[in-house]
Amino acid sequence: MAEFFKNLLRKKEEPEKPKLVDMATTAPLTDQQLNSIMGIQSIKSETKQLVASVGQSVGKQRDHNEDSVLALTSTIVGSAEGIPFGLYIVADGMGGHQFGEVASNAAIRIMGGNITKKFHSYLYDLPTQALQESLQEVMEISITEAHQYVQREAPGSGTTVTAALVLGQQITIAHVGDSRAYSIYPDGRIDPITRDHSLVKRLEELGHLSKDEVENFPHRNVLIRALGQGEFLEADIFTLPFPQGGYLMICSDGLWGVISEKDIIRCITEAPTLNRACQNMVEAANAAGGPDNISVILAQLIG
Amino acid sequence: MESEDDKASRQQLQGGLTLVDRYTIQDVIGVGGMGSVYRARDLHFPNVVKLVAVKEMINLAPDPMIRKTIVQNFEREANLLATLNHLAIPRIYDYFSHNEHSYLVLEFVHGKDLETVITDTNGFLPEDQVISWAIQLCDVLDYLHGHKPDPIIFRDMKPSNVMINHNGNVVLVDFGIAKTFQTGTKGTMIGTEGYSPPEQYRGEATPVADIYSLGATLHHAITRRDPRLEPPFSFAERPLRRINQNVSSEFEAVVNTALQYNPVDRFPSASAMKDALMSVARKTGALSKITSALPVSSGGIKPLWSFKCEDEIRGTPTLNQGSVFIGCYDNNLYALNAADGQFQWKYPTEGGIVSRPSVYDNNVFFGSEDKRLHVVNARNGKVVWTYYTGGKIYSSPRIADGHIFVGSEDQDLHAVNVMTGRAIWKFSTDGPIHSTPLVANEMVYFGTESGSFYALDFRGELKWRFQAKRPVTSSPISKGQSIYVASLDGTLYSLDAKNGWAIWKFRLGKGSVSSPAIADDLIFIGAADGFIYCVDVRTSKEVWRFKTENQVSSSPVVYKDSIYCGSIDGNLYCLEYRTGRLRWKFEAKAAITGSPIIFDDIVYFGSIDHHVYALFA
Repeated sequence: MAEFFKNLLRKKEEPEKPKLVDMATTAPLTDQQLNSIMGIQSIKSETKQLVASVGQSVGKQRDHNEDSVLALTSTIVGSAEGIPFGLYIVADGMGGHQFGEVASNAAIRIMGGNITKKFHSYLYDLPTQALQESLQEVMEISITEAHQYVQREAPGSGTTVTAALVLGQQITIAHVGDSRAYSIYPDGRIDPITRDHSLVKRLEELGHLSKDEVENFPHRNVLIRALGQGEFLEADIFTLPFPQGGYLMICSDGLWGVISEKDIIRCITEAPTLNRACQNMVEAANAAGGPDNISVILAQLIG
Repeated sequence: MESEDDKASRQQLQGGLTLVDRYTIQDVIGVGGMGSVYRARDLHFPNVVKLVAVKEMINLAPDPMIRKTIVQNFEREANLLATLNHLAIPRIYDYFSHNEHSYLVLEFVHGKDLETVITDTNGFLPEDQVISWAIQLCDVLDYLHGHKPDPIIFRDMKPSNVMINHNGNVVLVDFGIAKTFQTGTKGTMIGTEGYSPPEQYRGEATPVADIYSLGATLHHAITRRDPRLEPPFSFAERPLRRINQNVSSEFEAVVNTALQYNPVDRFPSASAMKDALMSVARKTGALSKITSALPVSSGGIKPLWSFKCEDEIRGTPTLNQGSVFIGCYDNNLYALNAADGQFQWKYPTEGGIVSRPSVYDNNVFFGSEDKRLHVVNARNGKVVWTYYTGGKIYSSPRIADGHIFVGSEDQDLHAVNVMTGRAIWKFSTDGPIHSTPLVANEMVYFGTESGSFYALDFRGELKWRFQAKRPVTSSPISKGQSIYVASLDGTLYSLDAKNGWAIWKFRLGKGSVSSPAIADDLIFIGAADGFIYCVDVRTSKEVWRFKTENQVSSSPVVYKDSIYCGSIDGNLYCLEYRTGRLRWKFEAKAAITGSPIIFDDIVYFGSIDHHVYALFA
């Protein structure tokens, strides 16, 4: 801070040009690259750049895809620094229900449409007035609307939804069901940031199941909350910082239920690019039998 | 008997005596087998009244071997306590020996022991209250039993060794016989008859022995039947519900399990017992029903001192180097001795002072309605310099790296050189600034009376701006990547510190000029609807709310596990911050609009009743 006041006496300098980042070398990062990124991050008012990639597969044992995915990466215009904007949604239509893919598709369309509409003037125009709702309110309204739509248009069906709105360096999550969002850190730590709304998770939390019993629980797919199911939707909505120098990952249980966290980390660190990382994970899940549809979104904040 | 008493009293230290030039004895607070326990003042802190407990041990044993053992035990207690760090265990400050006297200097616990609480209560203690203490006792036992490298067995759990402090929380005292447990070793039989489990009489001390004694303590607390007056191990003959019909069968079952004769039939650990108590509490609703009806906090709180000014005090004090600085609507800034409230000096301005003083480099900085930022010497109140703004100053100065940031009714935010009092820059806004600027992330954040909220960099250039619907008088705080601030539009906002986007909005019942406080993942704020709110910072969900009798313009302050906040209803409230449970309140003679400050367990605040008060936190 003292530095700043010293600088006041000098002539105003040109703002530092953001360092160009070669997309092809974003992942895996060597220690040196990581350090240099960390170094850049410690300089204030850096320009952050959001990048993301998607992987999807129907799997080896299903004949149609009930997962739906939306990944939209952009920048908020009209601000000198360019605020990263990202909207990432994974929805996994409930099997055994009528039209699982109809529900997951509708959830994505309604939520995605609603949120992008709110941000339309920031993304494609010059905003004339500030957004009335807070980010958490935008998520709440959008997921509720999707819930009502699915109830109306595809009664009886249901879907998981894990949606992440990235704005600047924070992530606002709306979540229902057992798709998951993870924070993945540069040191290889992986933290789930959502809580499954599933019967098995609930029984585990209540202490009724041991670790072994959890692994072998016969009704692992039973959800206790889902979009489209029940009169009121109680979604988890919260905000957390984007993992510094790490990744945000959203995936369906066709990925997290099939390969281990260790495998996930290996897929990411061994891949030269985000695209490859996503493909690696999808291939790993298929190699492990591919029992379910697989969807994954991987996002990274560079700079 | 009489001569025994005489002898004991002769041996007691007299009030006013000072030990090792540091601890001035004030009173006897307990008499034990080996000596007395005193309340004393620690003279090492001349500017505040720091009270300590001095535990004395008089070693009159004629046998040198026994004398040596006694001293060793004493030193063991000291060394053991010194390694522990838990809210329910008194901190140790010092120990020393003088001839046949040894002294242990400990944290002074304001409160009563549980045995006194049981005796002083008419009728039975409420089950909810006993459950809440039981849960805390399980917590501290779990801490002791989990001690590394060896578990610590308390071995003397009984009501007289459980202090209930003035916040209604338990503190374990008398670690004289607590023993680090070495597996396989048989200790000697120490403990208090009636509360000790059968195996302890056989010389065994294990964590489940403490579980039994806790069960016995709870049994005593809920039935009022002193086990020392009953045959040993006869609890099964006195079921809780036969004596006290108000007890739930669930709680009775927990106490019965703890009191099983055979150690393997008891709870295997303190944490298992706590889990059982928690599920009872959830079932009976004890957690939400635990109210302020504490036998210890109902007695009315006496201030440590109070000081009367000549007009209303609406602002917040500052404490520095043993002095309390506070502005008053008699136009003076007062400096008072924090230890006793003695007047030190006052400095007159030409307007009322609500601005909270800041101290930097032995100078006190504050604004006044006379439009000036005043800087006076903290020792003598002599003016150092003043700085004119074009309007009254209600904002409090924020000093960061040699520069002062302060808002004014002239609608400008002023950045002033701390040494020279010269303006570095001014930033013009669209409204008067009452909000106190926050300096964080190399930015300056503040609100205005026109409802704008600004983020400037250190050059005074606008980084972003956020618009609320009504004035932002509240002063922002930051945590992580968010800024939190309230508005008179009745909303508590979480704004992204970097770009000003609203992450969440929490609706208050009415507008707020209160400034938020944060602890863990919880944020606290008062509002004009009379509530103090607690909100989860991640999800913006309400955790609890506490109703006062009038508007809350005071800002909550977190200290240890409590929050402190004033209300226009004239009370200063102390609430447990996780639950919003009232611990105590202190009634001033008029509204409290400013905020308290807390330092070294003492709360300082001013009131519209013209007084500055100091209370034990």
